[in-house]
Amino acid sequence: MKLRSWFLLPTWLWMLVFFAAPFVIVLAYSLLTRGVYGGVEQPWTVEAYQRLIDPLYLTILFRSFAMALAATAICLVMAFPVALFISRSHSRKNFYLQLVMLPFWTSFLVRTYAWLFLLRDTGLVNTVLMNLGVIHAPLSLLYNDGTVLLGLVYGYLPFMVLPIYATLERLDPALVEAAADLGARPLATVFRVILPLSRPGLVAGSVLVFIPCLGAYLTPDLLGGGRTVLVGNLVQNQFTNARDWPFGSAVSMLLMVLVVVLVWGLLRRESEQLA
Amino acid sequence: MEQTNLEVRQLVKEYPGQRALDGISLSVPQGSFFSLLGPSGCGKTTTLRLIAGFEQPTAGEVILKGEVVNHRKPYERRVSTVFQNYALFPHLSARANIEFGLKRQGRTNFGSRVEDVLKLVGLATKENRKPAQLSGGERQRVALARSLVLEPDVLLLDEPLAALDPKLRKQMRVELKGIQRRAGITFLLVTHDQEEALSMSDQLAVMNEGRIEQVGSPEEVYFHPRTKFVAGFLGAVNWIAGVGVRPEATRIARLPENHGARSSPARVTNSVFLGDCFQVLCQLDSGEEAVAQVPRSFATFSPGEAVHICWSPSDEILVP
Repeated sequence: MKLRSWFLLPTWLWMLVFFAAPFVIVLAYSLLTRGVYGGVEQPWTVEAYQRLIDPLYLTILFRSFAMALAATAICLVMAFPVALFISRSHSRKNFYLQLVMLPFWTSFLVRTYAWLFLLRDTGLVNTVLMNLGVIHAPLSLLYNDGTVLLGLVYGYLPFMVLPIYATLERLDPALVEAAADLGARPLATVFRVILPLSRPGLVAGSVLVFIPCLGAYLTPDLLGGGRTVLVGNLVQNQFTNARDWPFGSAVSMLLMVLVVVLVWGLLRRESEQLA
Repeated sequence: MEQTNLEVRQLVKEYPGQRALDGISLSVPQGSFFSLLGPSGCGKTTTLRLIAGFEQPTAGEVILKGEVVNHRKPYERRVSTVFQNYALFPHLSARANIEFGLKRQGRTNFGSRVEDVLKLVGLATKENRKPAQLSGGERQRVALARSLVLEPDVLLLDEPLAALDPKLRKQMRVELKGIQRRAGITFLLVTHDQEEALSMSDQLAVMNEGRIEQVGSPEEVYFHPRTKFVAGFLGAVNWIAGVGVRPEATRIARLPENHGARSSPARVTNSVFLGDCFQVLCQLDSGEEAVAQVPRSFATFSPGEAVHICWSPSDEILVP
């Protein structure tokens, strides 16, 4: 075997132990019978999958998709101008990139808790507004869909900014000059030249934001307060309180299949577009 | 009287720690093919970028059709640039690239005009291809068409042939000149290739270190260069006793020539066969070196041979 082939060995081992094996285990669990105190028992059955078509669960799945789509869309709209700004700021580029990555210096959990302190009834936002006399009773800013969306956008925005920035950085500056030279005003240049050419970054960023948002568990749990049940919380609940491992596994499998089909289709369309 | 289309006055461009342009003035007549010729770093591309509006001059004026346009943005100037690497929009077809400028001007019904330009540059059959599916020469034509279709006051060309292979480059010289003549648009070409500038231009300006050394017709600057730099940049020169002689005007003889020709004794150091001629290198007895282009049919000279370098006084290049 060539030396080059060995470079992938650690990754192959890692993927085998931490991706392929768990995948097989989850698949097996989803096809077994629920144990009384959690866990799984014989015999093999597809009962868990039959329960998936319950409208209750389909609604949760649909809500999760809607939430992830909304978060992705907001991230797109917010991240593109930021990435464009950074890519055109010459000497301060690295400084701005550091700012984008600054949140990663602390744990996601701590940062999500920070939102709790900001938004709760006695939190910073309500206290300031009340002291200013803008409101007389605290606004209930927590535990609704909007807060969950806020948390998702906040958490995943950098994953949108960075890939878009990477494509903009590679964009030939002469193309922007050529557009202006041919009479395009700055906005026309952005929409007719820069935006279409940053498509690979927009797609990559969207995938990087959409997938984790779809399976998000922590954000809806903390900021949604259990009222906003998304598919991530559903899975978690099946493995803990509900003690229904086969069903939790079936939901996981469905989510995974949907994501793979979706992303695969998207990437295929993109590569056709490039060809 | 010829109408001046583009004029720059006392143009200065300074970058931190560097003066790229040191007060250049030019005037380019309407409908002419004008070249800026010089080595890399002489300021010729900077001049082009200031005219296009991509950069602001430190001092001086850019004047288009009598109007000072310094304050105008690139999209407000009636000039168009053919970039060195063409800068075609990779996501648009050849035709969409050509229509880009027309659409930005809010024009409609430009179909026939696009057809005309496609025909002018010889691209009619490949209009639906993306730039990646076109050859280097075809991309160049698209870049040219994209600018020509806007009928700019001045078309700026930044080393447009540099990315082409040598054979195509020579062919495109002829074509480019033909297109310019037919379109009747003023061309301002930037190049470091003296053959290119000499073969296409009505007038050319030789630049060096941010200054213009000489402006004139190709014949003028070639035969009557005003500085040593211009003489040397436009072609090889033998400097013999203070006067310059081009290699093609330099002759070699075994005996000094009569009839008013000048001559200087020398020794052959090398002789190189170039196909259509020999290039004979000599060292003059005074120590200077000289090159002569000798026709193939002529007597051959071998290294070490004592000869005479001869030339006619009328071929002498005199510079201060």
